[in-house]
Amino acid sequence: MKGEGMETENLLEIRHMRKSFEGLGVLRDISLTVRRGEVVSVIGPSGSGKSTMLRCATLLERMDGGSLSYLGQAVCRMEEGERGDSVYVSKSELRRFHRYFGLVFQNFNLFPHYSVLKNITDAPVRTAGAAKEDAEKTARELLARLGLADKADAYPCQLSGGQQQRVSIARALALKPEILFFDEPTSALDPELTGEVLKVIRQLAKEHMTMIIVTHEMNFAREVSDRILFMEDGLIQEEGTPEELFHSSKERVQEFIGKLAAS
Amino acid sequence: MDLGTILLQLGGGLIVSVEIFCLTLLFSLPLGLIVAFGRMSRNGILRTVTKVYISIMRGTPLMLQLIVVYFGPYYLFHVRISAAYRFIAVIIGFAVNYAAYFAEIYRGGIESMPRGQYEAAQVLGYSRAQTFFLIILPQVVKRILPSVTNEIITLVKDTSLAFVIAVAEMFTLAKQIAAAETTIVPLMIAGAYYYIFNLVVALGMERIERHYRYYEG
Repeated sequence: MKGEGMETENLLEIRHMRKSFEGLGVLRDISLTVRRGEVVSVIGPSGSGKSTMLRCATLLERMDGGSLSYLGQAVCRMEEGERGDSVYVSKSELRRFHRYFGLVFQNFNLFPHYSVLKNITDAPVRTAGAAKEDAEKTARELLARLGLADKADAYPCQLSGGQQQRVSIARALALKPEILFFDEPTSALDPELTGEVLKVIRQLAKEHMTMIIVTHEMNFAREVSDRILFMEDGLIQEEGTPEELFHSSKERVQEFIGKLAAS
Repeated sequence: MDLGTILLQLGGGLIVSVEIFCLTLLFSLPLGLIVAFGRMSRNGILRTVTKVYISIMRGTPLMLQLIVVYFGPYYLFHVRISAAYRFIAVIIGFAVNYAAYFAEIYRGGIESMPRGQYEAAQVLGYSRAQTFFLIILPQVVKRILPSVTNEIITLVKDTSLAFVIAVAEMFTLAKQIAAAETTIVPLMIAGAYYYIFNLVVALGMERIERHYRYYEG
C-alpha cells in the first residue's frame, strides 16, 4: 500500500487540541498534521505539554477540545461553537484505533512476567488475531533486526535498559502500526546506552516509518527529523525543518536549543 | 484408650480440619478478589458497602461470627437448624471472614502495580479484562504471596475455632478425649498434627514462591 500517490496521505491530523488538568491549561491549541513516512520531533522544556499531547494522541488521555483523526477517520470531532469541545466516538469504536499507532514509553513498561518473545507476540495473538507461529516468526525477525536475536527467551529484568527499550520498540512494531510515537525514549537510559536506541530509531527513519518523537536529544532530532516542533506553554511556538528551526529568528527557540546542545 | 486409638481418632479430626481449610480457601480466595473489586470500585455505594463489610469482619471475633452464622437462621427466621448445617455454617463463616482479609491483601497488591503496565496494555489493544487477568493479576500474585502465606498459616490454626459450634474437627475431639481420659496426651498430639499440617502448608507456599522467582519486578 505504500506505493506512489500515498506519499502525501495524512496519517494523523490534530486540530485545535486542548487539554487541562484541574483547570490548568496544559495544551492550549495544538494543530498538527503528519503525513505517511514523515519523522517529526517534538522538543521543548519540561511542562510544555509534549507528553500530554502524545498521551492524548495515543488515547491514554481524553482531550477536552479539538479534533483528532487517523487516516481520515475521526477519533473525536470538534463540536460546533466557540469552545469546540471534543466529541469522541463510542468506546467500542475507540478500540479499533489502537491498531493504527504504537507508543514507546520512557520507562519501557515491558511486562516483567513475560519473556522477551512473549512480550512481543502476546498482543498480536490476543488483540490482533495473529496466528501464534506467524507472530513468533515476526518477533524473531524483529529481534534480529534490532540486534537482540539471542534474547528471545530472556526476561526483561535480565536486560540492560537499552536492550529493554529495543524490545519495547519491537513490541510496538509487531502490531505493524502506521505511526509510531516515542515519549522521550532515551531519557531513562545511561548516556552510553542511548546510542543503541537512537540507532534503531535512525534505522526506522531510513525505512520510512512514520514517527513522532518527543526528545531532548537535540543533535539526534536534527539529524533524523523531517520536521521539528518547538513546544512551550501548551502551544507549538515554532515549527519547521531542522535547518529552519536551528536558525530560527525566535530568541526563545535559540536559547532552548543552545542550552541543550551545550549540555 | 491407648495411644494408637488416640492417634487414629485425632487423625479423623485432622481430616475434618483439612476439609475446612481447603473449602475455606476455595471460596474465600475468589470471593476476596470480588470484594477487592468492590472496595476499589468507582461506585461509591459499592465502595462503602465493602468497606463496612471488611471492617466488621476484621473488627469482630471469628468465633462470634461462626456462632452468628450457625444460630442466626434460627433466632432471626425460626428456621430449624439441621445437623448438616453445622459444617456448612463453619465453611460460610470462615470463607466470609477470610475473604475480607484476602480482599485487603489483593487491594494492596493491585494498587502497588505501576500505571505504566495498564497504559502499555491499553496501547497494545488489550481489553480491560485481558489487561487485568493477563498482565496485572499474575504480577499481583507474586507480590502478595508472602502475605497470603501468613494468612493461610493462621487459617490452619483457626480451623480449631469450629469447636464453638461442635463440629468434630481435631481440636474438638482432642478436648473431648482429654476430658474423658483425664490426660493431656491428646492435646499434645493435636498440637503436633497442627504443626505438621502447617509445615506442609509452608513448604507448599515456598514452592509456589520459588516458582515465581523466574523474574524480578
